[in-house]
Amino acid sequence: MKLDSKIPAGRLEEKWENYRSKCKLVSPANKRRIDVIVVGSGLAGASAAATLGELGYNVKCFCFQDSPRRAHSIAAQGGINAAKNYQNDGDSIYRLFYDTLKGGDYRSREANVHRLAEASVQIIDQCVAQGVPFAREYGGLLANRSFGGVQVSRTFYARGQTGQQLLLGAYSALSRQIASGSVKMYNRHEMLDVVLIDGKARGIIARNLITGELERHGAHAVVLATGGYSNVFFLSTNAMGSNVTAAWKVHRKGAFFANPCFTQIHPTCIPVTGGYQSKLTLMSESLRNDGRVWVPKKKEDRLKPPHQIPEEDRDYYLERMYPAFGNLVPRDIASRAAKVVCDEGRGVVKSGYAVYLDFSDAIKRLGKSVIASRYGNLFDMYQRIADDNPYETPMKIFPAVHYTMGGLWVDYDLSTNIPGLYAIGEANFSDHGANRLGASALMQGLADGYFVLPVTIAQFLADEIRTPPINTEHEAFKEAESQVGQQLDRLLNIKGNKSVDDYHMALGKIMWDKCGMARNKQGLIQARKEIQALRNEFWQNVYVPGTQNEFNPELEKAGRVADYLELGELMVIDALNREESCGGHFREEFTDNGEALRDDENFNFVSAWEFTGTGNDPILNKEALVYENIKPSTRSYK
Amino acid sequence: MKFTLKVWRQKNAKDTGQFETYNISEVENEMSFLEMMDVLNQQLIKEKKDPVAFDHDCREGICGMCSMVINGHPHGHQKATTTCQLHMRSFKDGDTIVIEPWRAKAFPILRDLAVDRSALDNIIQAGGYVSVNTGSAPEANAVPVPQDMAEKAMDAAECIGCGACVAACKNSSAMLFLSAKVSHLALLPQGQPERKKRVISMMKAHDEAGFGSCTNTGACEAYCPKGISITNIARLNREFLSAALTSEYEL
Repeated sequence: MKLDSKIPAGRLEEKWENYRSKCKLVSPANKRRIDVIVVGSGLAGASAAATLGELGYNVKCFCFQDSPRRAHSIAAQGGINAAKNYQNDGDSIYRLFYDTLKGGDYRSREANVHRLAEASVQIIDQCVAQGVPFAREYGGLLANRSFGGVQVSRTFYARGQTGQQLLLGAYSALSRQIASGSVKMYNRHEMLDVVLIDGKARGIIARNLITGELERHGAHAVVLATGGYSNVFFLSTNAMGSNVTAAWKVHRKGAFFANPCFTQIHPTCIPVTGGYQSKLTLMSESLRNDGRVWVPKKKEDRLKPPHQIPEEDRDYYLERMYPAFGNLVPRDIASRAAKVVCDEGRGVVKSGYAVYLDFSDAIKRLGKSVIASRYGNLFDMYQRIADDNPYETPMKIFPAVHYTMGGLWVDYDLSTNIPGLYAIGEANFSDHGANRLGASALMQGLADGYFVLPVTIAQFLADEIRTPPINTEHEAFKEAESQVGQQLDRLLNIKGNKSVDDYHMALGKIMWDKCGMARNKQGLIQARKEIQALRNEFWQNVYVPGTQNEFNPELEKAGRVADYLELGELMVIDALNREESCGGHFREEFTDNGEALRDDENFNFVSAWEFTGTGNDPILNKEALVYENIKPSTRSYK
Repeated sequence: MKFTLKVWRQKNAKDTGQFETYNISEVENEMSFLEMMDVLNQQLIKEKKDPVAFDHDCREGICGMCSMVINGHPHGHQKATTTCQLHMRSFKDGDTIVIEPWRAKAFPILRDLAVDRSALDNIIQAGGYVSVNTGSAPEANAVPVPQDMAEKAMDAAECIGCGACVAACKNSSAMLFLSAKVSHLALLPQGQPERKKRVISMMKAHDEAGFGSCTNTGACEAYCPKGISITNIARLNREFLSAALTSEYEL
C-alpha cells in the first residue's frame, strides 16, 4: 500500500502556517454535536482533551490510573526544549529542528519536526500562563539548562520534576473542562479494543477496572495518547502500568505500526541489583551537565573504592571519545559507550554492569549548595534507592530502556491509516526518528495535544458534521465487545501453573539480550523463535486468578503481557529487516570503527508494518523519507 | 530476611474486611516495599490464592498512586518517603508488619489496599487551575516572577496528590493537599485573577467531599512524602478569610 504522509507543499518554514490558514474548520455550533474519545491522560492526552473541550467538542477521556494526574509523563525529570533563544546563544527554530532531526539520525520527517520546533515556543507561553513554576533567574525571567546532543541552552525545567509540573498544568486545564462539562473523565478504565464502522474509527470497548464491566463508548473520532511500549522489556524506567494494549489492538484492526525496533536506552539509570527487581529508575540526563562519566583504566581497579583510584588511572571515556560534546553526547551514543567499556571488563559493580557518574569536580568548582539546588531531589532519590551518598561517592549508573521512538504510523495530520483514528505523543512514531534527544518527549506530547491535533482533527471531523451520534447498538460494537469478553474468559480459564510475571520476565530477557542495545541477525532470528514458543506456552500455562467481574489487577496485566508477546515479535522482525545501524538501533554487522553505520541508500524509509495474523509474517509498507532542506550526513559528535 | 505480614483483605466496598496473616521469606534488603509485596503476591498466585490488590504505578515516588498504611504510618515510618521508595533495609529481620489501606470516609475502599481518591480530583475541578485557553497565553517572559516566589510556589506544587495527609489526619482532613494547590497559584502572578474565587470554591468542594476540618495537629506535614509544609495551611486560612471578607462570591 502506498503511504501518503500528506505533507503540505511549500517552503519548510511556511508549511504549517499555510496549512493552518487554509485547512477545514468545524463551526462552534457543529462542534457541540461532535463526540471525540481521547485515550490516555498524559501530556499528550490531557492537553488534547482539554483543548478539544475548550474548542467545544464533546470529549470523553479515559485513563487506567485512579486519576488523570498520575499518567507516566509525571515522572519526566529533566526538562522541556523550546527554541526561545532566551540565552542569546544562537538558538532558533531552525536549529532546534536541525538538532532534533540529526539527533534522530535522519529517520524522521522534516515537516513534522519543523512544526514541532515551531510549536515549542508557544508551549512555554501556555505552560507559564497555567502557573507552571519553571525555574527562574534572579531577575524573574525564565532559566535554561543544556541537554544532550546540542550546544545551546534551551531546556526549561522545574527542578527535577518538569514532567510533573507540566502534567499538573495539563491536568488543571483538563480539570477545568471536566468541571465545565465539556470533558467526561473515565478513571480506572482500560481501552481493550477499537470499534470500526465502514472503515472509520467510531468508538472503543473499555473495561471498568473497578467492576470489571465492559462498556461501549461511541464517538466520531478516536485519539490514542497511550504512550510507549518500553515495558515489553519487563525492566524499564516506565511505570508498571504503561502498556501497548490500545496501540496493539488498533494495529490488529489495521493500523500500521512504524519503526517498532527504534527503542531508546537511557544512559543514566540506577543499575539492576537483583532478580526480584520490578523497575529501573532513571537519573535525569541533566546530571550530565555537571557530572563526569568514567570507569577505571585498568580492569583490576574496577571494584576498588573510587576515591582510591587516582586521576591518571581513570578513563573519562565520553570526554576522550567525543571531545566536542563530551559528557553531553546523545543518549544512544552514551549508552553504547557504557556498554563498550563494561564489555571490556571495566564495569564498576560486581555484575560488571555500571559506570561512575562523578560530581566531585562540579562540587569543588560550584560548591555543594549549588549542586544541591540543581539536583537535590535526584540526589535524594538516588540515596534512598542505592543507599549511597552521591555528594561523597560517585553515582553508579547503567543504561536502561526508557522510551520508544517507534509507534503507530501517522501522517502529517497525526492520523493513522484508519480514518478517524489519531495517535499523538509517544504512541505515534513521527518526530524522533531513530533516537530522541533529551527534553523532547515533553515538547512533542504538548505540541501534539495543545497545538497540532486540535487543528488537524478538523480535517476529518469537518466532513462528519452530518453524522448523528454513534449508535453503540451497532453490530460492530456487539462483535468487538464479545471478542474482548472472549479473550478475558480465555485468559482466566487457562488455569495453568505460571504467573503472568513469569512470562513477562522471560520475554523481557529475550528482548534485552537479543533486541536491546546491540542486535545481530543470528540473535534476532533466534529471538523470534523463542518469543513464538513463549507465547504458545503462555496461552497454555498461564495462571490468572479471580474473575472477570471484579477489581482484578492480575487480569489487567495478563492482557497487557499477551499483547507484548505479539509486539515483541514485530520488534524483532523490524530489527532484522533494518540492515543498518541508526540511532538506538545498533546492528553489530553494520558498524564503522565501532560507530553506527547508516545506510541511506537502502534504508532511508519508515517501516510501517501491517498485521496479518498472530505469528504470521507482517507486510512491510515503506514510506520514503524525503529531505528537501537538509542533507543527511554521518552523525558526528567528535 | 523474613517477615510476618498482617494485611487488610477486603473483597469489595461492601465487604466488612479483616486482617490475614502471611509469612514471607526470601526478602532482600535492597527490595522496595512494593517489591516485597510482589514477592508475597507471587507466593499467593503459586498457591492459587487471590493476590493482594494495591495501587502503584511509577515506583519512583512521583505519581502518587501507592498508598499503604504501614505499622500505623501512612507510607511507612521513613520521613519524606513514598511506599514505593521505602526499602526493606529499614526493617528488622523477623519483624511483624501491619499493612492497611488509607482510611477516610472520603476514600472508600475498592479492594484490599486500594481506595477511591476521586474526591481529590473533585477539589481540583472546583478551581485548582488558571482559566487560560490554549493559544491565548502571552509571551512567557512578559511577566517576570521573582525567583523566591517561583521557588515557594514550586515547594507547594510538588504535592503528588497521594492522600497520605488525609490518612494521617485524625479528622481525615485534606487541608494540606488543598492548601498546597491554593498556595501554588496564589503565590504566582498568573493565579491572581481567580485568587478569591478559587479558594472559596475549592474549600467548599473539600468540605462537600466529606473531608474533615483542620485542627492543626501537624500529622499531615509529618507524613507528607514530599515534605509539603503546614505553613501552606496557614496561608490557606489567610487566603480564605480575606476572600470571604472582601469578595462578592457566595460562601
